[in-house]
Amino acid sequence: MLFKIEPRAEPSRQMAIAAPLIATAMTLVVSTIFFVSLGLNPFVTLYTFFVQPLTTMNGVSEWLLKASPLILIACGLSIGFRANVWNIGAEGQLIMGAILATGVGLFSPWQESALLLPLMVVAGMAGGAAWAAIPAFLRARMNTNEILVTLMLSYVAALILSYLVHGPWRDPAGFNFPQTALLPYSGTFEVFDYSYRLNTSIFFTVVAVFLTWLFTNRSFMGYKMAVGGVAPAAARFAGFKSSVSVWLGLLVSGAAAGLAGMMEVAGPLGQLSSQISPGYGFAAIIVAFIGRLNAFGIVLGGLLLSLLYLGGETVQLNMGLPSSVALIFQGLLLFFLLASNFLVNFRIRRLVTRTH
Amino acid sequence: MDLFVSMFAATIIAATPLIFAALGELVVEKSGVLNLGIEGMMLIGAAFGIWVHFAGFPMILAVGAAVVGGALASLMFGVLALTFMTNQYAAGLALAIFGAGVSAFIGRGFGTTPVEAIQPLHIPGLSDIPILGEMFFQFDPLVYLSFVLFAAVSWFLYRTKAGLALRAIGESPDSAHAIGYQVIRIRYLAVMFGGAMAGLGGAYLSLVYTPLWVENMTAGRGWIALALVVFAAWRPRRVIFGAWLFGGMTILQLQGQAIGLTVPTEVLSALPYVATIVVLVLISRNREAMALDFPTSLAQPFRPKG
Repeated sequence: MLFKIEPRAEPSRQMAIAAPLIATAMTLVVSTIFFVSLGLNPFVTLYTFFVQPLTTMNGVSEWLLKASPLILIACGLSIGFRANVWNIGAEGQLIMGAILATGVGLFSPWQESALLLPLMVVAGMAGGAAWAAIPAFLRARMNTNEILVTLMLSYVAALILSYLVHGPWRDPAGFNFPQTALLPYSGTFEVFDYSYRLNTSIFFTVVAVFLTWLFTNRSFMGYKMAVGGVAPAAARFAGFKSSVSVWLGLLVSGAAAGLAGMMEVAGPLGQLSSQISPGYGFAAIIVAFIGRLNAFGIVLGGLLLSLLYLGGETVQLNMGLPSSVALIFQGLLLFFLLASNFLVNFRIRRLVTRTH
Repeated sequence: MDLFVSMFAATIIAATPLIFAALGELVVEKSGVLNLGIEGMMLIGAAFGIWVHFAGFPMILAVGAAVVGGALASLMFGVLALTFMTNQYAAGLALAIFGAGVSAFIGRGFGTTPVEAIQPLHIPGLSDIPILGEMFFQFDPLVYLSFVLFAAVSWFLYRTKAGLALRAIGESPDSAHAIGYQVIRIRYLAVMFGGAMAGLGGAYLSLVYTPLWVENMTAGRGWIALALVVFAAWRPRRVIFGAWLFGGMTILQLQGQAIGLTVPTEVLSALPYVATIVVLVLISRNREAMALDFPTSLAQPFRPKG
């Protein structure tokens, strides 16, 4: 029996929806095999991983709380990715946003003011955008690869954070833990219910999703950037400067990541510490791809990845599996997703072999 | 003088994992494929090496396992990028994330048990020469292997017919296909070579340099190797110089206090990353020089026509 691969005349809409489902199903199959090979009951483990976290109100709160930064960052990244601008250093921009917002929260003179939180929001976005402006400038003016610069700056940002929380910003009353003092009450987001950590910062993510949809599907600028990504020559002939895409793609994603960092310190954490993100900046890249760079797809992708984080924690607590399992699943999910995307643009036909 | 000699030798050692990984990636990119997943493949190599070593096998098998592990990991990228023609950036990132997860999972039980590192070779006569002996003839076998592989890769790329074919495929896969070369197959081989070399670089870290298992022990070296290929403008000789430069930065970071630098450790730790950016900027500004040896089809999916 022979198969032939041929390109589709136009991308299949059915497959565009089916691809993420196929990828999720394949990830489940492989994880089942993985669990069995470790001598675990796959049904119990999968239940513990994917269902148990959502059986309590607290679980649901944590699920949304973790999905929020992932979705927010992925929305920003998708704008750049559409234009072939590869910001893979959102983790560093998140850290810089968190640092600047904490700086405002702890050291500005408006500790009691109702303006403190809005100022921190601005500081967070500015911190992330400023950190992303470095690769934007270098790519637009100096022709330097933004993949490498954004990534290298992530390492630098992590070191700046480490310096601050071990050194000048360390809470003197904090028993030498590498963390700052707690942010003042006026510099934190209101929680919906005092039993859970989900807070009002999630509205920023909701707005970001809507704005991303508006920008990519309804604005001329978004259209121009997408053309510049798919067909740079065509965009150039039409008079569209690629440096606009570079600046916009990086600044927007940097600001989104910085805001996500601010939302972490002013939300569940309440202070700056040496570990402020479990890799949200990197996981958001996967979220953006799972969502096929589409705002609403990103929401689903963020919810899925957030569940992977939660499930990873749950199996770690209940079954003693290391947290790296969640990272393996992230990689696998992206792997299967990219592979099944193939079905969107190509079809596989069986060739009927004639018997003489 | 003593300090200079020991820092010179330490620089060569620190550069070795970068040389392995960057030489591998150079061959991959010369074939027109961009694999961003070096960090993941190095981590898998590092973990495989220690795994086999702790299982009681001789060191040479541990290094071999790292090489095989890296090559197998690269196949994951290869299937996506070459067979399924996906976006190579995304496929490489998937590998980087997957490799970090798999290596952490393999290494979960290793604890902080140190490895009996591969020992330096003692070359009778040469190793005993004062100063020069310490500078050039007291390395472990893998350091010498990195130079042998450098010579082999240079020879292969520029002096053999297969190397010419590989470069032709990187320049214009359509033309190469038209005159009968198996573009996809050769690219698969290049990708696997890159994976094997990254695995070797990882093994150097876990079995010689560190030498114990630390989660994420590559600390960005896979990405620096990627930057080295750009820095080298796709020419093997400059990979070596670049690796020494970054090796020197690493050593400066470690020896910073010893030579009397009174700055926070974080500043010194940031040196290799900042240096990477600075060097990339300086190199990339000259567009003409960058374009000279650039594989024109880099990161573009290929599908044979007809």
